[in-house]
Amino acid sequence: MSSRRILAHPGLVVGLTATAGFALLALVSLFWTPYPIGEVSIARRFALPSAEHWLGTDQLGRDMLSLVMSGTLTSFTVGSMAVVIGVGIGVPLGLAAAIYGGLVEWLVLRFSDLTFAFPAVVIAILIATLMGPGASNAIIAIGIFNVPVFAQVARGGTLTVSTLDFVGAARLAGLSRIGIAWRHLLPNIMSLIIVQGTIQLSLGILAEAGLSYIGLGTQPPETSLGLMLRDAQSLFLIHPSLSLVPGLAIVIIVIALNIAGDGLRDVLDPRLRSRRRADAAR
Amino acid sequence: MPLVEIQGLTISFGGQLALEGLSLAIQKGERFGIIGESGSGKSLTGLAIAGLLPEAADASGVVLLDGEPLPEDEKAMARLRGQRIGMVFQEPMTALNPLMRVGDQIEEALALTQADADISNLLQEVGLESGHARRFPHQLSGGQRQRVMIAMALANAPDLMIADEPTSALDVITQRTVLDLIRHICDRRQMTLIFISHDMRAVAALCDRVAVLRAGKLIETGPVANVLRAPASPYTQELVAATRMIPRQDGPHETGEVLLEIDGLGRAFQQGGFLAWRQPTLLAVDDVSFLVRRGECLALVGPSGCGKTTLARMIVGLDTASSGQMRLEGTAYHGSDLPPLLRADISLVFQDPFGSFNPRLTVGQSIGEPLRLLPRLATGEHEQRLVDAIVSVGLDPAMLSRYPHEFSGGQRQRLAIARALVTRPKLLVLDEPVSALDVSVRADVLDLLARLQQQFGLTYVIISHDLDMVAAMADRVLVMEKGRIVEEGTPAALFAQPRHPLTKALMAARLPDLAA
Repeated sequence: MSSRRILAHPGLVVGLTATAGFALLALVSLFWTPYPIGEVSIARRFALPSAEHWLGTDQLGRDMLSLVMSGTLTSFTVGSMAVVIGVGIGVPLGLAAAIYGGLVEWLVLRFSDLTFAFPAVVIAILIATLMGPGASNAIIAIGIFNVPVFAQVARGGTLTVSTLDFVGAARLAGLSRIGIAWRHLLPNIMSLIIVQGTIQLSLGILAEAGLSYIGLGTQPPETSLGLMLRDAQSLFLIHPSLSLVPGLAIVIIVIALNIAGDGLRDVLDPRLRSRRRADAAR
Repeated sequence: MPLVEIQGLTISFGGQLALEGLSLAIQKGERFGIIGESGSGKSLTGLAIAGLLPEAADASGVVLLDGEPLPEDEKAMARLRGQRIGMVFQEPMTALNPLMRVGDQIEEALALTQADADISNLLQEVGLESGHARRFPHQLSGGQRQRVMIAMALANAPDLMIADEPTSALDVITQRTVLDLIRHICDRRQMTLIFISHDMRAVAALCDRVAVLRAGKLIETGPVANVLRAPASPYTQELVAATRMIPRQDGPHETGEVLLEIDGLGRAFQQGGFLAWRQPTLLAVDDVSFLVRRGECLALVGPSGCGKTTLARMIVGLDTASSGQMRLEGTAYHGSDLPPLLRADISLVFQDPFGSFNPRLTVGQSIGEPLRLLPRLATGEHEQRLVDAIVSVGLDPAMLSRYPHEFSGGQRQRLAIARALVTRPKLLVLDEPVSALDVSVRADVLDLLARLQQQFGLTYVIISHDLDMVAAMADRVLVMEKGRIVEEGTPAALFAQPRHPLTKALMAARLPDLAA
């Protein structure tokens, strides 16, 4: 993907820049936050935004900016680990389904149907009940939900690519099915997976916020954007900014990821690209 | 006053010129051909006349319809298209909605106009029966789908029909009938036709006047008789020369012992459907037997769907026969069970040079892939084989490190031939090796194939529906219909005195030579 094609797409630039900005904030929080996130000070609670506290303080006097930075880190970590689980298990399953067909394909598709039949939150509640609440269990719950999504995307992409002649040529060249999958199929469906990855990342961040909000995700003293919302809800009428700050952060991150995903689809998706080229050739 | 007048039309995409200063005038009632190879801007011209240019296009210049410039406003343009212009596209498979009965689709086209036509008349006019209206696109053949497209284009009783490669996706016999149909309709309705094609013989058979485009520029224009029969520009001369395939004059190739035996081969496909077991199985290949001798060039011809590609796929080992067997130098196999060591002896060249290379691998990686079949090859030898293969097809070894998208169609087909040669096979199966290529490079690729056969003593099995190409290449021809071989002979004997009705039909469908 050339840098010119990225720059030619304003949505992609905006989406990627905003996402990168939040990711950077999150990474910085690993080493430094304006105030330690555990620093409680009743004396300065409910402070309005000021030069010392850019986004004010919460009901325990903690710095909101520090909390948002740290919470974003948790959200991104949970979301991206869940994507890693989804890609790691789903893509091989989807490839296998497309390549072997028959019973393998039937099993993968029925497993997908089964997983899709239960909303992520139901699975998460189940897992949290069995294994206890916490960020890592949230990752597993969201990850399980991601598996069939990536399996379906990988299967669809593979079926399309397999009809192309170079796959036939590879079979004639004596490559094994796994060799063909690795050398010819996977590289050609990678762009589909990357696009789906950004969308699942945004869904994962939303799901993490939802799980934390109902108390099944991240547990104090760690923080996440969903947890901040939960802490702020009882004070919403008196101190709306405590809810607005994490809420807006979630909204902006999710929108940014979706714009970036749409843009990546335009730039990467070989089907769209070939259509554009065909138009240009006319 | 001309019906369509184009003045100084220039179209570019992001600064890249696609069409440069084109000026044309098309008279009322005339059948006008636009000839060009890929990238010549011929389709773009058609889209510009219909006001359908892609959004990314920067256009300048004027298109006048009946002396009036095309309206800027999209709504007015759509109304104009609906009332005066009909369009037929190349791919009848994708131009129709797969979920709607074709009758409903024609009805929809009718509803947009005030013209007093009805569906059964339209269907009759394009040679379909009224029963066809109740069918879905997938229940019709390619030729029937193209007829439906034409019926839809006629629904608004247009003054102008723009047909963009309407017959390129069809086989010879269907192509001829669709061309004849278009001509009759134009005559009957006094309709103006713009026929866009790369096929000079189709244009010559159908059109009165013609324009030749190359890389966005008008090369020459005039009556068909002048331009195609006595071309002025060197480029048109080259194109015309390329369409003329000279039947082989030299004697048949020297043939040796039997290389490949096909013995009672059959391939049945289970047909889908709700009650799959109730459906009869489809016999794509039905009890086919023949011999291929070392050093000969055998051609398999037949209309689309006759099973010739399925047969080729079984020979090379991409598909497995459901009955019968094949023997390569005495070793029996049924298709996919071809032993790896013998796989190096058979290669396949695919039809579409654009789909046959993985866009993410360098050309060298793709060409070297079949060398896995020869595990005992030394490392240095590997490199040498690649260089030998690419040099033998007339390309530069430096190209091995480049990617497929950097090459033209003709170059890619050369590369595909290089890949097929890299294991030094005995038998090459060529599935329509030139039909996806521009006319001007077809002859080059065929010359290359003939030279390679001489040089390496190769045996060819060519799959094609192009009788002229077959006459130029083959020693022996097998004609296939519905999975069976119906006639066999040398090209000269077969084409001089065809016996089977299908062979006769194929011969009759040949478009007249340009010189005629």
